[in-house]
Amino acid sequence: MSDPAVVAADEPELEQIVTGKQDKPRSLGSDAWHELRRKPTFLISLILILIVVAMALFPGLFTHVSPTAADLNHARGGPSAQAWFGYDVQGSDVYARAIYGTRASLLVGVFATLGTVLIGGIVGIVAGFYGRWTDSLLARFADIFAGMPFVLGAIVIMLTLNAPGSNPGETRILSQVVFSIAVLSWPVAMRIMRAATLVAKQQDYVKAARGLGAGPLRIIFRHLLPNTVAPVMVYATIALGANIGAEATLAYLGIGLRPPVVSWGVMISDARDYVAAAPHILLFPAAFVSVTVLAFVMLGDAVRDAFDPKSR
Amino acid sequence: MGRYVLRRLLQLIPVFLGTTFIIYTLVWAIPSDPFAGKCGQRPCPPEYVAKMRADFNLDDNLFVQYVKYLGKLFTGDFGQTFSGVKVGTLIADAYPITIRLAVIALVIEGVIGLVAGVLTGLRKNGFLDNLVLVATLFLISLPVFFTGYVLKVGFGISVSSTAPLGDLIVPGFVLGSLSMAYVARLTRTSIAENRRADFVRTAIAKGLPGSRVVGVHLLRNSVIPVVTFLGTDLGALMGGAIVTEGVFNIHGIGGLVFINIQQQQGVVVTGVVTLLVLVYLAMSLIVDLLYAVLDPRIRYE
Repeated sequence: MSDPAVVAADEPELEQIVTGKQDKPRSLGSDAWHELRRKPTFLISLILILIVVAMALFPGLFTHVSPTAADLNHARGGPSAQAWFGYDVQGSDVYARAIYGTRASLLVGVFATLGTVLIGGIVGIVAGFYGRWTDSLLARFADIFAGMPFVLGAIVIMLTLNAPGSNPGETRILSQVVFSIAVLSWPVAMRIMRAATLVAKQQDYVKAARGLGAGPLRIIFRHLLPNTVAPVMVYATIALGANIGAEATLAYLGIGLRPPVVSWGVMISDARDYVAAAPHILLFPAAFVSVTVLAFVMLGDAVRDAFDPKSR
Repeated sequence: MGRYVLRRLLQLIPVFLGTTFIIYTLVWAIPSDPFAGKCGQRPCPPEYVAKMRADFNLDDNLFVQYVKYLGKLFTGDFGQTFSGVKVGTLIADAYPITIRLAVIALVIEGVIGLVAGVLTGLRKNGFLDNLVLVATLFLISLPVFFTGYVLKVGFGISVSSTAPLGDLIVPGFVLGSLSMAYVARLTRTSIAENRRADFVRTAIAKGLPGSRVVGVHLLRNSVIPVVTFLGTDLGALMGGAIVTEGVFNIHGIGGLVFINIQQQQGVVVTGVVTLLVLVYLAMSLIVDLLYAVLDPRIRYE
């Protein structure tokens, strides 16, 4: 039995190919969407990301064990039927902690990326649009942060904000980690945005808008931004994954999130001294980090390929 | 050419000043007394604190402090720690192993990344191409400390600070693994793009052997973005070595900064970061000058 809905949906596409002419030309966006829907990597990464987001929003759906409940009798116990991923140093369930840790890790990743893209995007579009000395000034300013090695810069910022030995609150340290990641990684977003703006600025529609007397704000928001936002979005997807990894690295060094916050980085940092005796305490949270980063990088890859007509 | 170099060097000055100033301000702004707990159980005598503050110019205005520090720096004096050890000596002790580690990492990522990139770029969508793509995805998503621990336990390695080069290969591989994935991908895209260029077709039509077409004509034109990445990566590798050094217990620059920032030895931290920034700036200049060697079409006005 042939499904009439499917046939009907297929028809216009066929027509387009046969006639070569179409009533409504596909935009780059819908073209990319058609390309994406057929890519297995895109679908896999999308499913993985949905699972991770679900874990962050409703951790109770995945486990009924409390992440902070600890029983020293179980300390460093290996994986078993009771606790699939075993127990950590305090005797807490590693699986439950990994599920509950998703939220903090994802929050840091999302907000750090948002900060990176906002700062980098604004500075980049301003530098590209105004050019001349504004451009050189902003480019040199970005160089200052680009030249600073990420880990060293983050250590200095985190320790400046919290004196060694102090114990800041949960929200405060979360926002500090977000801040230090964003401050050190915005130059990349800025360069991408600036390059895209330089290309878009030369287009006829911008000249036309200028000729019609549009002000700089209108040109930037109505004409430049819609045409420059795609490459930055692709970078943001990949950066989101990288930032989740950065949270783990900072926590590993003992300067990022810290207990009582539960995050993958915190779990990894707790496991650091027991790797030889109980490798599972490190391996499972590291696997969560890796799979999440993998999903975002894969998504970014697929989206970039779809938006880049050259790669087809 | 000479004018271009001069202009680039002049542009380096504000970047250098900005970076050192930010680091200097941040390190000395750490909100606790650097001399607390320096005299054992009892509080430090006020004379001691006064003398230390005077020695480290802590009572001056921040800008005055910074200018005094810079003045010393230009005479090659990195200053000394609170206990009187010369920062220059500390850096000289820790730097060689970090440089060796970073260079090994750079060589490993350059060689493996380039070979993988060329092989996959020439045969897009083949089995090898997909294999390398998946492998780079995994390398990118594994945190460095994770690869480090796995390889360390797997190979049972410990490294001393006078280690011969051979011992540094595994740590170097760990350090360079992330960049290796980027190099492979950059090369692949670049080769795949240039493969259809006119000059490649001409070279093939002239009857040049395949190895020469790929090795000289194609590679030389495709390698520019890769060289940019590798050049600026050397500084990042030195600064980023802190995690790898921690995992393999190597006493390099990373460990030095980490200990000293916790003890608020601002002079040491500023000194090391200044050096790293200098390396980054110098490398990006060298890379820009290399462009003309690789591609004679590029001219410097």
